[in-house]
Amino acid sequence: MIIGHVVGNVVSTIKHPLYRGKKILLVQPYDADQRPKGNTIVAVDTVGAGIGERVLVAAEGRAASEILDVARGPVRSIIVGIIDAVHADKDE
Amino acid sequence: MRLGRIIGKVWATAKIDTLTGIRLHVMQPLDHHRQPEGNPMIAIDAVGAGEGETVFWVGGADASLAIPDRILPSDASIIGIVDQLNTEDGDP
Repeated sequence: MIIGHVVGNVVSTIKHPLYRGKKILLVQPYDADQRPKGNTIVAVDTVGAGIGERVLVAAEGRAASEILDVARGPVRSIIVGIIDAVHADKDE
Repeated sequence: MRLGRIIGKVWATAKIDTLTGIRLHVMQPLDHHRQPEGNPMIAIDAVGAGEGETVFWVGGADASLAIPDRILPSDASIIGIVDQLNTEDGDP
């Protein structure tokens, strides 16, 4: 899983049926030093996250379909938590 | 999943059976500012998107599940058309 920052949301009318009624957010991934790193991700929200919040994102199809309780489909990135704090020792 | 923009299309007459009737687009991945991020790629279209449109797409194994009842030989599938992006800077 990765940590990221919610930078926006996506409005979409025409989409795969699996995404119907789902909130779709844009997430900028962070590295261990909490700096932006990597490509912007489109992720389905399951925890009520909003713009400006730090979130935990699982990026694997099996996990996503389990959490959404649907058959395997074209969904991969899913927001599974809102981060309060992160601590990482850089030297280890 | 990530954002992208359709910048062209691909014609292929001779192709594997599971790709019959499926449209192939040239797609430029985008960040949340709608700026290019990474190299253009070929993606299959599961939603009927057109040239110039902003879309979201899924990569990896989950891309093969974009169309019901088929396992597609695809590693990038377009699964939604973006009407609007809402970010901290508005819609870029």
